[in-house]
Amino acid sequence: MKILCGVKRVEDPDQKIKVNPDGSWIALDGINYKPNPYDEIAVEEALRLKEAHGSGEVVVVSIGGEESVTEMRHAMAMGADRGILVKVSERVDSDAAARLLAKVVEREKPDLVILGRQAVDSDQGQTGQLLAEYLGWGQATFAAKFESLESEEEKAKKPGLQVQDGKVRVIREIDGGLEVLDVELPAVVTTELRLNHPRYASLPGIMKAKKKPVEELTPADLGVDVTPKVKIRKLSSPPERKAGIKVPDVATLVEKLRNEAKVI
Amino acid sequence: MNFELTEEQIALRDAARKFAREVIAPVAAKYDRTGEFPYEVISKGFELGLMNLTVPAEYGGLGLSKVDQVLVVEELAAGCVGIATSMGANDLALLPILIGGTPEQKERFVRPFTEKLRFASFCLTEPGAGSDAAGLSTTAVRDGDHYVLNGTKMWITNGGVAEQYTVFATVDKARGHKGITCFVVEGRPEGLGVGKPEDKLGQRASNTVQLTFDNVRVPVENRIGEEGDGWRIAMATLDQSRPMTAAFAVGVGRAAMEHAIAYAKERKQFGQPIANFQAIQFMLADMATELHAARLLTLEAAWLTDAGKRSTLVSSHAKRFAADTAMKVCTDAVQIFGGYGYSKEYPVEKLFRDAKLIQIYEGTSQIQRLVIARELLRG
Ligand SMILES: Cc1cc2nc3c(=O)[nH]c(=O)nc-3n(C[C@H](O)[C@H](O)[C@H](O)COP(=O)(O)OP(=O)(O)OC[C@H]3O[C@@H](n4cnc5c(N)ncnc54)[C@H](O)[C@@H]3O)c2cc1C
Repeated sequence: MKILCGVKRVEDPDQKIKVNPDGSWIALDGINYKPNPYDEIAVEEALRLKEAHGSGEVVVVSIGGEESVTEMRHAMAMGADRGILVKVSERVDSDAAARLLAKVVEREKPDLVILGRQAVDSDQGQTGQLLAEYLGWGQATFAAKFESLESEEEKAKKPGLQVQDGKVRVIREIDGGLEVLDVELPAVVTTELRLNHPRYASLPGIMKAKKKPVEELTPADLGVDVTPKVKIRKLSSPPERKAGIKVPDVATLVEKLRNEAKVI
Repeated sequence: MNFELTEEQIALRDAARKFAREVIAPVAAKYDRTGEFPYEVISKGFELGLMNLTVPAEYGGLGLSKVDQVLVVEELAAGCVGIATSMGANDLALLPILIGGTPEQKERFVRPFTEKLRFASFCLTEPGAGSDAAGLSTTAVRDGDHYVLNGTKMWITNGGVAEQYTVFATVDKARGHKGITCFVVEGRPEGLGVGKPEDKLGQRASNTVQLTFDNVRVPVENRIGEEGDGWRIAMATLDQSRPMTAAFAVGVGRAAMEHAIAYAKERKQFGQPIANFQAIQFMLADMATELHAARLLTLEAAWLTDAGKRSTLVSSHAKRFAADTAMKVCTDAVQIFGGYGYSKEYPVEKLFRDAKLIQIYEGTSQIQRLVIARELLRG
């Protein structure tokens, strides 16, 4: 079983983000990066499937600059077998990313593509769906699992996706519950947070990762025009929250909620 | 000169940092309180390759450099230096074998530690021989193809959980340090008594016991080096292990500084965060400078060892300065926390207790100064 996973380098969301004065983008000075957390879950799931099947290959793909190799090395330290860097100098939009990935998929011919449901940088959440559409494949988004992440199944590192008879069974998290889908392979699956706890990269894993191959491709190699279809006009910070107030009693609270906040 | 870490070193450090933050730190207070041995955490660390860091690849280890080792160890210690001490004790106990052992002995006494989680202890100190380690009086008497060991070892880290002991004993007390010989004691042979865990001030997660040797028989093949090589092996071991101990100090100091910075921004007095007061700022500034200097000394000592150069002087600089710095930083961190720093509800009093030990074990701060002065006045 061959599985392809996306691994995007994103700004670490656990830090203070400032918008450039001209609103063009966020200030990148001194910013830390990490692999998109949803992608780590995708890689973990792929590794578990490979382990459960006793054989296979997990290939990670990143679209970005040379620096993105760091995040792919992390995935390879977790256990992925090799990497493909699609080297771009500018940010690409979700549609271009999906078209680039579609071409990589055509070359690699995986049985399954697992992507994060979204990248935590710009939270577009479209690449998986667009990719399935371009490939004409079935898709299942927001893959989760029945069992809690504190359960024995999770501790035993059982995969949440079940691959059998040319199909993948996906438990989807939807409003108010879970939905079970069987999707014919090859397919595209995107991961929800409640699919697994990704493993830590081990030190031997890190040492091995540095010797694993990373192939470099360009949009030109893949014949894809990455001119953005979506243009970001302006970023701005959310307005600062005003300080709260203390009210003397419940009556005042109700009065303020009714007349000032107009919520009741 | 290049201060840049390699991409791989950054990855190793970050892996250790993540483990320390997510696995060690959340249970540090619990083990400090109970004094239980943190077997579960350590076994997770072992699975990730966070132990026996410098065992060469040919004996099944990762073969990391000393520089890699101190980068990793600082992170573990920032999570809990008691747990880091117990995780690092194998590195110390296996070093004499790596330094003075034959390939066959390394195969027999080192490789098993890379295959399964096991503990080894380094046994030098005695009730009557601490700083004056050369004055040890555990005896080893040759009897056919065995030696018979008699004596007491004190303050032995992981002694209560260990399956192998690297023991220094004298074959002839009259020969002074020239009689000291190194042995590997396997398992729990007859005559080896293991005392109750010491009830310690700090680093309470690490196991520390007294060992008694009552006619313990050790095969001749378990002697590391020749009779009388023990002192040289012990000193070479400490030269190489002091950077690790210095990294413990930098780790615990850094944890205290991080807590102090967060608290100073949060705590308000006189209508403003106490971080606005210059007196607090200067304490933080000194913490940062001194920890940075301690880290650089530690890295240099590790680098010298990697380069195969004599590291005695810089290793002692690093160990002494890092230990004293950690103690000062933790004391000031308690000060910045005020009354809350004195309470077990807050994290810094533990760090303050933990840091104290680093000025004592692996040669006290006074003994480091003695070594440094001796190096300066040599020749
Ligand atoms: C928790 C813990 C774990 C330990 N783990 C190990 C271990 O795994 N293996 C092991 O072999 N040992 C271990 N030790 C022992 C440790 O290395 C010794 O405690 C240390 O070397 C000091 O010896 P001592 O306690 O006998 O103090 P002493 O040597 O009695 O020193 C008392 C005081 O006198 C000072 N002093 C002594 N001589 C001089 C001098 N010449 N000049 C100036 N000042 C001097 C010392 O600096 C100290 O302040 C451990 C100790 C502790 C507390």
